[in-house]
Amino acid sequence: MTLGPYGPLGSALVSGVMAAIIGFDGLDGLIGSLKARGYRTMGPVASGGAISIRELKSAADLPRGWEDEQAPGTYRLHQTASPDLFNWAVGAGSLKAEVFPPRSIIWQAKAPGYEVEEISDDVPPVAVVGARPCDLAGLRVLDRALGSPPVTDPAYRRRRDAVVLVAVECSRPASTCFCVSMGTGPSASEGFDLALTELGGGYYLARAGSKIGKELLEGLSQRRARREDFARRTELLARAASHMGRSVDQHGLPEMLVRNLSNPLWDEVAKQCLVCGNCTAVCPTCFCSNFEDRTDLSGTVQRERTWASCADLAYSYVHGGPVRASIKSRYRQWVTHKFSWWWDQFGTSGCVGCGRCITWCPAGIDVTEEIAALRASDNAGETHGEAHLQ
Amino acid sequence: MSGSTSSAPTGGLATSVLSGPGPFTPTVFHVSDRAQEAPDVVTLALKNDGGAPFSFQPGQFNMLTAFGVGEVPISVSSSPGAGPLLHTVREVGPVTRALCQASVGTRVGVRGPFGTDWGLASFAQADAIIVGGGIGLAPLRGAIEQLIETTGLPSGPRRVVVLAGARRPDQLIFKEDLAAWATAGAEVAITVDVAEEGWMGHVGVVTELVPQMTFDPRRVMALVCGPEVMMRFTVQALIERGVLPTSIRLRVSLERNMQCGTGLCGHCQLGPYILCRGGPVVTYPEASRLLHEAEL
Repeated sequence: MTLGPYGPLGSALVSGVMAAIIGFDGLDGLIGSLKARGYRTMGPVASGGAISIRELKSAADLPRGWEDEQAPGTYRLHQTASPDLFNWAVGAGSLKAEVFPPRSIIWQAKAPGYEVEEISDDVPPVAVVGARPCDLAGLRVLDRALGSPPVTDPAYRRRRDAVVLVAVECSRPASTCFCVSMGTGPSASEGFDLALTELGGGYYLARAGSKIGKELLEGLSQRRARREDFARRTELLARAASHMGRSVDQHGLPEMLVRNLSNPLWDEVAKQCLVCGNCTAVCPTCFCSNFEDRTDLSGTVQRERTWASCADLAYSYVHGGPVRASIKSRYRQWVTHKFSWWWDQFGTSGCVGCGRCITWCPAGIDVTEEIAALRASDNAGETHGEAHLQ
Repeated sequence: MSGSTSSAPTGGLATSVLSGPGPFTPTVFHVSDRAQEAPDVVTLALKNDGGAPFSFQPGQFNMLTAFGVGEVPISVSSSPGAGPLLHTVREVGPVTRALCQASVGTRVGVRGPFGTDWGLASFAQADAIIVGGGIGLAPLRGAIEQLIETTGLPSGPRRVVVLAGARRPDQLIFKEDLAAWATAGAEVAITVDVAEEGWMGHVGVVTELVPQMTFDPRRVMALVCGPEVMMRFTVQALIERGVLPTSIRLRVSLERNMQCGTGLCGHCQLGPYILCRGGPVVTYPEASRLLHEAEL
């Protein structure tokens, strides 16, 4: 039995538990029971100077005391004496790689008959501990782009259907975060099996969001969640929401961007943009892929699918050359797709406000600033785009 | 949740027998016939021994795999029905070069059909004006054949007008077809940008032919395919003839990089469109603003 500021934790199974308080041992038990159920259990670790998603052996792998500082083009981790495990916002890696492999072989065929043999990626089901609310939102966006009719991506669907998500709500957002303005955080309200809130002192409010989440929770050392635990959660989330470093004004945003396709501000940002593709790689919703054939000397052909980036010159190549030759047109494609045309295509914004594209941009380009500048120009009555669009 | 706790790690790639091919998996056809249309253009007839007849509508495209080289989107150039499945390919890169060089018997992967069609059925009574620039005539060929057949030319209820343009006479494709369509009762006009010795026909861009043709602008459907600049000016010429710019009977076929054909790879976006799904055939009123913005 563990004693702490929240009282004794009982190990008895409580039926019908939807919310409970667990401690570090409960968290460790959760990871153990996910592994025992056959899940490749992934979670945040402090590795190479950043929070990365890696396979966990136990709760001891979690980044105890690590805190991040993020700014445009900057990411730093500091070790502190805090016993907290989740005092950081997001690292470069999102849930995307867990459901949409960066590289996969689709099929192979051998000369001369070229009978096509599909390659199935029978990977074990994955569980992720420490998924952030913005990343849960990212998965909901990917569900629409890759996981829904008319054509469903089979590899995505298979991984997505199998994944177990243990979310951890955000109590310490980064300066680059803007989930509040995108409506995706800092609280987790849907799309998780279990959601944890780090209450401090090594205690976690755990809420079940699915049948398996409930089963997992019932198997853990715990005590009943009280009213004051929920009040503490509310207080932490309110504080996090008020500490958002950035925001994007959603009002009329899709239309505003399309009105400003010819705004000279795109040329200004193009002077800084290196079209390196970091923003698309770290974005939890960027879903584009390339299909390329590889051959070997034995005559085997393999069709390989890899993540693609609209920042690449080759991305828009048609015979005769790329459609988007200028850097301006590629940056504009990314922003207008994410914040405007995504709505036309998938009925949602393509941005979840995680701020990764700001932090991991080597030039420190801040999409929230770029959008604000466009809006200011738009508000000033400068029209760029609609005039000749008829 | 699938609760698939029985899945064991396989430690690598495994092949599996699925109930049906996945969306990215081609069916193997072979070249049953080929015709050199122009120095750099070949029409391939593709056959799938034992396979079901290939069902599609004119305007749709397939993804064709040249094994060992890659995959490209190519419009179907035949009309639906009993005849062979035709694709007309211009050599512009490694994959199209391999396809253009494919001899009879060569295996070619086929996925499709993908995308929107010309929507011929919706305008059964309208006069049809079909304008193709260069290889842009290929996705129109099946529509022309179907229109001629269903209209019952030359005495049918509507006119079928075909305007074909090419850079030079030797680059004009479907020469025999153009003659056959004229014989069948279609009004066919041909132009080249640059004449050569022996060329007795019209010289100039294809848009110049629009004012000369006989059709009722109030009840015409226009199907246009070619370079974007050619499509813009063709539509402009049609509007000058009295076709309403807001008419959804004005249709163009657009091109962007396409790698999956299923709306999943993202490459073929044009503004709000994912063109492999919402296109390639789109109505001009919807697409016009997108065609007037550079590098979209």
